[in-house]
Amino acid sequence: MRESEKTGLAIEASGLVKAFGGNRAVDGLDLRVPAGTVYGVLGPNGAGKTTAVKMLATLLRPDGGEARIFGRDVIREPDAVRGLVSLTGQYASVDEDMTGWENLVLLGRLLGHRKPAARDRAAQLLEAFGLTDAGARQVKTYSGGMRRRLDIAASILNTPDVLFLDEPTTGLDPRSRNQVWDIVRIVVAHGTTVLLTTQYLDEADRLAGRIAVIDHGRLIAEGTPGQLKASVGAGSVHVRLRDPSQRSEAELLLAKELNAPVLLDADPSALTARVPGDGADHVAAEQASRALAELAAAGIAVSDFSLGQPSLDEVFLALTDRPAEKTAA
Amino acid sequence: MSAITAETSTVYVPAPEALGAVLAPGARPPRPSALSASMTFGWRAMLKIKHVPEQLFDVTAFPIMMTLMFTYLFGGAIAGSTTEYLQFVLPGIMVMSVVMITMYTGVAVNSDIEKGVFDRFRTLPIWRPSTMVGYLLGDMLRYTLASTVILTVGLILGFRPAGGPAGVIAGIALLVGFSFAFSWIWTMFGLMLRSEKSVMGVSMLVLFPLTFLSNVFVSPETMPGFLQAFVGVNPVAHLVAAVRSLMAGTPDNGEITWVLTSGALLIVIFGALTMRLYNRK
Ligand SMILES: Nc1ncnc2c1ncn2[C@@H]1O[C@H](COP(=O)(O)OP(=O)(O)O)[C@@H](O)[C@H]1O
Ligand SMILES: [Mg+2]
Repeated sequence: MRESEKTGLAIEASGLVKAFGGNRAVDGLDLRVPAGTVYGVLGPNGAGKTTAVKMLATLLRPDGGEARIFGRDVIREPDAVRGLVSLTGQYASVDEDMTGWENLVLLGRLLGHRKPAARDRAAQLLEAFGLTDAGARQVKTYSGGMRRRLDIAASILNTPDVLFLDEPTTGLDPRSRNQVWDIVRIVVAHGTTVLLTTQYLDEADRLAGRIAVIDHGRLIAEGTPGQLKASVGAGSVHVRLRDPSQRSEAELLLAKELNAPVLLDADPSALTARVPGDGADHVAAEQASRALAELAAAGIAVSDFSLGQPSLDEVFLALTDRPAEKTAA
Repeated sequence: MSAITAETSTVYVPAPEALGAVLAPGARPPRPSALSASMTFGWRAMLKIKHVPEQLFDVTAFPIMMTLMFTYLFGGAIAGSTTEYLQFVLPGIMVMSVVMITMYTGVAVNSDIEKGVFDRFRTLPIWRPSTMVGYLLGDMLRYTLASTVILTVGLILGFRPAGGPAGVIAGIALLVGFSFAFSWIWTMFGLMLRSEKSVMGVSMLVLFPLTFLSNVFVSPETMPGFLQAFVGVNPVAHLVAAVRSLMAGTPDNGEITWVLTSGALLIVIFGALTMRLYNRK
């Protein structure tokens, strides 16, 4: 039986530490990733995402703490762990000088397939990832999206139990990003547990069942996307008034209606208010439209408005401003 | 033009059926043997040569230049006749050129190791040294090629080895085998040092004394005592003596044993150091 067919935890890490000199890149990280799900690790540049993934994938030896992949210890049984995981690194983990086909055949051979089987598998994967025409070209001629697809194709060659995707969409155009998202959904539907790191809340929200927010190598929040967004407020409503002199009146009204602080923008006719919501986008939209109706009723004309999802910056601001016990559990 | 339109005209849409088919968990094959994994990495080295053939320039042009230069530069002065000198110096030049070429191993490892593809190799459940052995298998092809080039130039210039084809092949085999062992020094430096430049620098520092302070050009009897002492422990000098004896049809078993033993030691010591660094990277 495949490990992924068992239930329980795919990844279990506690107190993971990795220091580079005096810099504690990962500083006591705990993670519990349920099997068969997409788990998002969200954090800004330098948060320690890559370092954490490398420790879990046996590329870096932790300085402290421990981690298990389906019960196998990454320090004591690295070879067993390597048999379960595969990694698509932040920087292309394919060979640029070789063709797409050669990359896949090479990997197939290294994973133990005989030559004919490795060739069949390479052709199948190229087909499934829309790279058949590009298969005979060197990878350095590929677009960013094609390279990423080849990279993921290489990672699922043996249908791993756990797939690590380190910032798989950073630097991709929107269309390629959507393709990667679709691929991730299909991969997880077939039983592979996916741990995905990202800098975009939006991406984690769309794909992940649970999200860990990390900063300076520490976990600052963990929960479902809904719980996280509820802890931050569902987003912000930006309003621009036709008449700047009505701004203080509008500020009072919005603060009362949304029950949240209102920020005055540098633009004298604009204001921004956080929409508390409960993490669900439609609730936020309803609250925002009620607030706008109140403004209209009070005779305050609005020239422009928008409702935005909370950005990662807002998530951080909210999470790091608050005491830890108030963040989503 | 056509390459661009091919990519943009048909937008890829991930199809659940096609992806599902490749994701269906078939039985995973058993992991490859150490030999099979090493041979696969050797194949990778061949593919790299195929895609970047310029790298063969080093192993062909450099040896030709060395052979011509030293035969005509020293031939008249040292031995009085270039043809006569060639019989003595050609095996030496062959050893010198091939040993010099080994340093490209370190450079290749150094420039390759920072690339993301190594992260993938290191997460595979395979015999760990196979990545490095693969490099060296590719390099052995280059060493053989360089030796053949030099032999050909030598034969054209008048080199007539008394050992015949068997002696020449045995000599080249010993040379290529020793160079394989010797290259582990460079895989170590390739992993240890930060830049290609510093790998080059260290390689020169090691290779110049080893190749020039030897019996390649002149017999050590003419040298001052301290130099003779150095030549006595210089593995390259022993290799030259052994290859020379094989090609001359008078195999010197003492020298051959010395070369094989030092080769084995080099693999044990520098192979272990290389793998320590590789596992830590
Ligand atoms: N090999 C390394 N040597 C020294 N410092 C490193 C190394 N790798 C990462 N770091 C440092 O560790 C911190 C976390 O890095 P990283 O894990 O790459 O973050 P992220 O992937 O979240 O952007 C950063 O401050 C980075 O500079
Ligand atoms: Mg990173």
